[in-house]
Amino acid sequence: MSDLLGELFSFEGLGELLAVPFVQAALLACAVLGLIAGVLAPLIVSRGMSFAVHGTAELSFTGGAAALLAGIGVQYGAVAGAIVASVVFGVLGLRQRERDAVIGVVLAFGLGLGVLLLSLYDGRASNKFGLLYGSPVAVDTADVTVLGVVTVLVAATLAVLYRPLLFASTDPDVALARGVPVRALSIVFAVLVGLTTALVVPIVGAILVLTVMITPGAAAARVTANPLLATVLAVAFAETALLGGIVLSLAPGQPVSGYVALIAFLIYVACRAIGSRRRRPVAA
Amino acid sequence: MPVTAPPTTPADVSALPVAAPAVSLRGAKVSFGDRTLWDGLDLDVAPGEFVTVLGPNGSGKTTLVRVLLGLVPLTAGEVRIAGRPPRRGSPSIGYVPQQKALDPDLPLRGRDLVGLGLDGHRFGIGFRGRRERRERVEAALAAVGGTAYADAPVGRLSGGEQQRLRVAQALVGGPDVLLCDEPLLSLDLSHQRTVTRLIDERRRAAGTAVLFVTHEINPVLPYVDRVLYLVGGRFRIGPPEEVMTSEVLSELYGTHVDVLRVRGRLVVVGAEDHGEHCHEESA
Repeated sequence: MSDLLGELFSFEGLGELLAVPFVQAALLACAVLGLIAGVLAPLIVSRGMSFAVHGTAELSFTGGAAALLAGIGVQYGAVAGAIVASVVFGVLGLRQRERDAVIGVVLAFGLGLGVLLLSLYDGRASNKFGLLYGSPVAVDTADVTVLGVVTVLVAATLAVLYRPLLFASTDPDVALARGVPVRALSIVFAVLVGLTTALVVPIVGAILVLTVMITPGAAAARVTANPLLATVLAVAFAETALLGGIVLSLAPGQPVSGYVALIAFLIYVACRAIGSRRRRPVAA
Repeated sequence: MPVTAPPTTPADVSALPVAAPAVSLRGAKVSFGDRTLWDGLDLDVAPGEFVTVLGPNGSGKTTLVRVLLGLVPLTAGEVRIAGRPPRRGSPSIGYVPQQKALDPDLPLRGRDLVGLGLDGHRFGIGFRGRRERRERVEAALAAVGGTAYADAPVGRLSGGEQQRLRVAQALVGGPDVLLCDEPLLSLDLSHQRTVTRLIDERRRAAGTAVLFVTHEINPVLPYVDRVLYLVGGRFRIGPPEEVMTSEVLSELYGTHVDVLRVRGRLVVVGAEDHGEHCHEESA
């Protein structure tokens, strides 16, 4: 048991590891990602889009696999796949019931296609599984540049659209009546989510994207109903999970996504516990 | 086939100076494809007037609201809100929807819901005027008695509390016209009374015109100045005592309809869709 724990949690030589340039690049990339993922997360949760984000991540994997086979940069394929998926899901709008089934259908098809594409590719295996399980070591300087550009884009769009987006996400009927272009915003938001998802996929992997894109927002929503505070908390939670996950994974040399998922989940459980105490009895 | 009663001036607003109508429809017509919802609709709603829109499902009540919100264009005729054509996001209009269940974990407080009614449709971050914004939201909350639960998650409030916040949300921008689309649906009697009373107080105090869509006239009957009754393309406008009669409704429905007065309440018998009149309130 202690051997197992020793394999999972170790801080031997952590100091030297943290000084390695690619580790620092990974930390920087994750810090930036945590920021946008955290800002988007409460809105994603408000819109009930968790499943759509999962679907987007899987199609990002399909796109990446296709790009790998075609010999183009994996990240371009991942971004393309995520954007296509997010626009399709965005067009489906806010009607949950109709959307759920379509996402399930598209997700399953995309995942199957991605597996086929991967098996056709006969390059290095690490490339193959990077997309599914993620690896922050995969982050290089070119990625950091792309990351920076996309982050600025997402942040600028959010700054301009935040209020109508919050309105459309939390109160769509009245937002529509007040002239908010709910449908257009739904597509714009889906693209923002798609872009961010595509950036998260190589780091935490397609299967664990929800850990960064949903869990922080869901956790924050358990402890506060203040949208601003929920956003700040979600950013803090996403940063803690991502950066903490990297630091914990370094010395043991285990996959980073497992640690990220673990930290995020613990935060969520703690927030649920705190939230259940502030539960207000429904007034008569 | 419009049967328009002469516009009546409600007694309680006759003291107000003669102002341009808050809502004005002239020869208004809406059709979808070859189906015409209503045609030749002339209606002026004076500031401070309370007009109830009644009619069975599919008679175009909600479409009328959507026309005034600028979401549906008229097929023919003219419509003016406070003298201007309707447009999306107009500050002249407040909108109260019907109550519906919200996710208890929705990260939104009562005061955020009201604040969105003030500037949720605007782009930009909106750092300017934070203080004035807070004061207006605070005042709107106080006016509906919602200050006590302003910081609670909206999804955990009762239907009645949510609808009070909806009224605050609709009124916070100081609109000329308040459009209410079935705001009492699924509320119990006492909350129906509270919400209706809040709307009535506001139109008397601020001269806000009220267009109130409902399928159940009794909760609003004491406040109503005029009724617009729509049935299958036919309509009738007038004070409740003129429109809510067996003769007029029988003509509108094209079948025999009885309107009974039972202990100050109106019971409509014989028009499909009006069974609710009796059992809705006992629910």
